[in-house]
Amino acid sequence: MNSLAAKATDVNKYFGGGFDYRRLIPVGGSRNGKKGPVQVLHGVSFEIHRGEIFGLIGANGSGKSTLVRIMSTLLLPDSGDVRIFGLDVVQESSQVRTLINRVSADPSFFRNMSALENLLFFGRVYGLSPGKIRQRLPGILERLGFEFERASEPMSHLSRGQQQKIAVARSFLTSPILMLLDEPTTGLDPRSKRDVQAFIRQVRQEHDSTILLTTHDMEEAELLCDRISFIAGGRIVAEGTPLELRQRVANGRPLNEINMETVFMELTGKRLEEDEERVEVMAGV
Amino acid sequence: MSSITDRIAVRGPIGGRLNLGWAFVERQTNLWKRYWAWELVWLVYGVVNTLAITFIAEEAEQAGIAGSEGAAGLVIFLLLGTLVWAYLSAVLDDISLVITWERWEGTIEHTLMAPVSRAIHLIGMSVFGVLHAIVRTLLIFAIAVPFFSVDLGQADWFAAAVVILVGSVSVAGLGILTGVLPLLYPERGTQMSFMLQAVVLLVSGVYYSVEVLPGWLRVFAYISPATYILDGIRGAVIDGRGVVDLWETLITLALFGAVLVPGGIAVFSVAEPWAKKTGQLKRQG
Repeated sequence: MNSLAAKATDVNKYFGGGFDYRRLIPVGGSRNGKKGPVQVLHGVSFEIHRGEIFGLIGANGSGKSTLVRIMSTLLLPDSGDVRIFGLDVVQESSQVRTLINRVSADPSFFRNMSALENLLFFGRVYGLSPGKIRQRLPGILERLGFEFERASEPMSHLSRGQQQKIAVARSFLTSPILMLLDEPTTGLDPRSKRDVQAFIRQVRQEHDSTILLTTHDMEEAELLCDRISFIAGGRIVAEGTPLELRQRVANGRPLNEINMETVFMELTGKRLEEDEERVEVMAGV
Repeated sequence: MSSITDRIAVRGPIGGRLNLGWAFVERQTNLWKRYWAWELVWLVYGVVNTLAITFIAEEAEQAGIAGSEGAAGLVIFLLLGTLVWAYLSAVLDDISLVITWERWEGTIEHTLMAPVSRAIHLIGMSVFGVLHAIVRTLLIFAIAVPFFSVDLGQADWFAAAVVILVGSVSVAGLGILTGVLPLLYPERGTQMSFMLQAVVLLVSGVYYSVEVLPGWLRVFAYISPATYILDGIRGAVIDGRGVVDLWETLITLALFGAVLVPGGIAVFSVAEPWAKKTGQLKRQG
């Protein structure tokens, strides 16, 4: 039995740059003002054990979502190897897709279709019958704190938090063996956030699920994750259990005085907010 | 481990896979219901377009350019041309616009990571496109015909239906091919697919016979399935030719379908990894 749910080995990814034949000429480089490709992942390696909640912590733009997209078979790495339960996400993507599902920070739906119509569609393309979907949904929605009666309303009538709960329901409806949660609680009100976090914990306890959780919420990471990796500038800079990470930076200080924010700062040399501010400036926000 | 091997096992019988394809038909039907106002806009546009073009034939008679018999022939020639074009463009639009639409809603990533084969996915969308286009064209036909005195007594409607049925396969293949453009070019792919539609309109003898085209342009008429659909429909409705009389046209259309559908799916299957390599699946809009 494979105890590894996922394994990434030396993954590199570049974006942009396009093809410019002048780059083939060694002297002078690009002469049309085009920027070269930007490397967003630098030799990323990690392992996720079966049954654990593995946290990937980093600021916006650190490469978390790129990694999740690669594991979701939605983005191809430029080099390196990513395997889900031993299956290559590039060569065996169709098999991988039967084992995974994903929640992103942006709850993407057909906005004018009802929540139920959206869920029926996304359940059916995973091979579930409409009857099975209708049977499973009320329980999932109830545990997420979503009133089932509202499932027949168009998505555009629902609040951001309610839409995100539907997004979480969409993914868990298909009972994935590996769940990729890409900032599932970003932008949620505290109550919705607690509902989603409680649901994640319940699912992990009750089912044979492995969860990759990306977040920039340190409290959430500490609350939910068995092991944590810090990612900064597309590189994994530290990995361990929350306790191990604290011990690594303790230097004689009592562990209960060290929070994950401090751990992140000391291991990456920066605060999360700094990275976020830098990304916002770059994005012109 | 058994749950993993069960999940990645080849999906059940053909009926189960067709059921996955039908999920796309249902989804598009739900969207169609929610956007009924847009449907109304396109219906009105289709009716007005059909009337505006067919009235040219009436003008030809009044201006003395054509005799009454010639003008009557021209009325039915143009009427069928505009109706067939309304049908063809609806199929092509449905298939290529849905890619743009999914990218805009952000659902394209969730659809493409579902464990459903691309062939089933694209065929499902094509089936909806064909059914939708048939309904819309029949409505345009029912509204437009009373404006003109046309004699349809000799029409072989069964043969016309067979031409549409067989021809639809090749049009769906063409639609899948043009659907690749918005997948590869998020910002201008839809416009590029409109450009291709315009070329098909020019060379296929929609409003005139292909014999009036310059020789070099007529070559393109021979490789457009729309040319044979128009020939077949006009042969069945105007000349009352039956299925047996139209066998050459039907065989040609069947051959187009046999090449274009697998060809379109193959091109899409090559384009999809490229879109994944370059990160083109992210939400736009």
